[in-house]
Amino acid sequence: MTLETSTRPTSQLPDERGRFGQFGGIYAPVTLLPAIEELIEAYNEARQDPAFQAEFERLLRHYVGRPTPLYHAAKLSREVGGAQIYLKREDLAHTGAHKINNAVGQGLLAKRMGKPRVIAETGAGQHGVATATVCAMLGLECVVYMGELDIQRQSLNVFRMKLLGAEVKAVTSGSRTLKDAMNEAIRDWVTNVRTTYYLIGSVAGMHPYPMMVRDFQSVIGRETRQQALELCGRLPDAIVACVGGGSNAMGIFYPFLEDSEVELHGAEAAGEGIETGRHAASLTAGRVGVLHGSRSYVLQDDDGQILEAHSISAGLDYPGVGPEHSYLKEIGRATYHPITDREALEAFQLLCRTEGIIPALEPAHAVALAVRLAAERSPDDIIVVNLSGRGDKDMHTVAQALGVTL
Amino acid sequence: MSGVRQSRIAETFDRLRSRREIGIFPYLTVGFPERESTLQLVPALVEGGAAAIELGIPFSDPLADGVTVQRASQIALGNGVTVRFCLETAASLRRSGVDVPLVFMGYFNPLLQFGLERFVSACAEIGVDGLIIPDLPPIESDELAAICHQYGRDLIFMVAPTSTDAHLQAVARQASGFVYCVSLTGVTGARDRLDAGVGAFLARVRRHIDLPLTLGFGIARPEHVQEAASVADAVAVGSALLERISQATPDRQVEAARSFIEWLRSPLLSSAG
Repeated sequence: MTLETSTRPTSQLPDERGRFGQFGGIYAPVTLLPAIEELIEAYNEARQDPAFQAEFERLLRHYVGRPTPLYHAAKLSREVGGAQIYLKREDLAHTGAHKINNAVGQGLLAKRMGKPRVIAETGAGQHGVATATVCAMLGLECVVYMGELDIQRQSLNVFRMKLLGAEVKAVTSGSRTLKDAMNEAIRDWVTNVRTTYYLIGSVAGMHPYPMMVRDFQSVIGRETRQQALELCGRLPDAIVACVGGGSNAMGIFYPFLEDSEVELHGAEAAGEGIETGRHAASLTAGRVGVLHGSRSYVLQDDDGQILEAHSISAGLDYPGVGPEHSYLKEIGRATYHPITDREALEAFQLLCRTEGIIPALEPAHAVALAVRLAAERSPDDIIVVNLSGRGDKDMHTVAQALGVTL
Repeated sequence: MSGVRQSRIAETFDRLRSRREIGIFPYLTVGFPERESTLQLVPALVEGGAAAIELGIPFSDPLADGVTVQRASQIALGNGVTVRFCLETAASLRRSGVDVPLVFMGYFNPLLQFGLERFVSACAEIGVDGLIIPDLPPIESDELAAICHQYGRDLIFMVAPTSTDAHLQAVARQASGFVYCVSLTGVTGARDRLDAGVGAFLARVRRHIDLPLTLGFGIARPEHVQEAASVADAVAVGSALLERISQATPDRQVEAARSFIEWLRSPLLSSAG
């Protein structure tokens, strides 16, 4: 593998072909190419259009409830006995997770492009709920693809989507989780490409999705930057976020990419442990390959077949990862660490007990990593954790893991 | 042509043109329904009148395929089919005297992991004539196109009804062998009728591309073949054939494959005779 770093500043990527160094690109069936080109053009126009940006910002403020707070978790920090831990409270955003930021942005884009029908894939259901919510608000038809296994694990979110007027289609192929839901959404898009907008929920997929979703999510990092300066008078020493596809992490990392003094740490789902093979840690244990339209790290066997991922958290249960994370790993700008189901569950309970905040299982991985990093640092250091969602959806899973019958 | 042997693909289309005949290119997932089935099925397809064979390399996530090919791919993977096994199967077919063009159709990742040059050089050695990669559009294909050129293999490009004139022109510059025309906006799978826009679509493709055109996706019946004969040089038939094979009892599968190709060709034979 050649180290193909770009001559551009990292924050100016991707290039015109959707490349972050060797990662990214457009590996899509030819039927989709005109739709992808149309999307690239529409997005480039929209992001330079002050009216579009103003409407996006208005909805983020009045509908999503932004800015979300940056909260000093003083009691947790004392208990850990190291650096000061701050939580970026995306769990307080409308629908309970950061996913809504991107759904609002792309929903507005779908409307602007005159596409009456929106499709989405979902794992834990948070992106499906966010998409269904925005489609209800904007008056768009909404179809959400969800793996049959995830439908069983996340029945509450399935009910929420239906209440919001979305059609939830069960995906029975393959591993019946997020990767298969994405295959099925792409098949739908290929079939209905003229009328349909595909609203991808992560920084994965073919160009321009990794760039566009990052841009819509980067409001998280911009706010964090400003809030840290106001609260602490300086930038944080480290930022920690969980990485499945990687949208909440890219959202908080991106505005700090050129601040080399700010460390960026991603928490990947190590499931039952990397050595067991039952995990979702693409950056830690995967190889470079092509999945769902882009070149990135992928969990795969020796023959290039995609492996099933495993995590207690449905939202991290994905064998790929956004191409920009692969690039940040390759150039050493961000570091990615495996966190097991067990570590995430312990951090989940720790945050409940010390701060009265019930996190989703996805950011519980980030909390676990932050606690580990904080313990080795001075009390003057500042670590920001992106608390990307709240834990209501995970009550059944957590109860089961703790041996409690509800 | 001078002393150099023309490619099997070019020879095949020349012969089809001189006979004013449309070619049938059946698609088979390698190692479906049983691991060794392909070795019996391909000679039967040729006997039934297939002009070339597409050998499908199974992939865990075939996002351009409908349920039939998805299922066949899963079964083949369950049978332990690998890229290496697909190459070995093609080599066995050549050793057993199959002389029609063989074209591999498969998704990019397994080939990338195998090694692109290693794969294409093996194709050249074995006598596999071309490659079709549904998730590798022209914009991403420079590296593989250069390797295929080096080893004298055809990288077959796809075009779709949604393709713009600019896309068709790009394919015209890069393509060799033939161009695979996707008949509809959708995934693979047998359909009851051909898309109404096929004639106009292929006429538009012809304005930009001189290579032979193979129409695929949805072709399932003799009427489709007959209808395609006026606009295309060949048709690719996948899901309908896989379904026919699945429906036959194991001892009848080879015969079912042969007779299916004969059935597809029946209107052509009667009109030619």
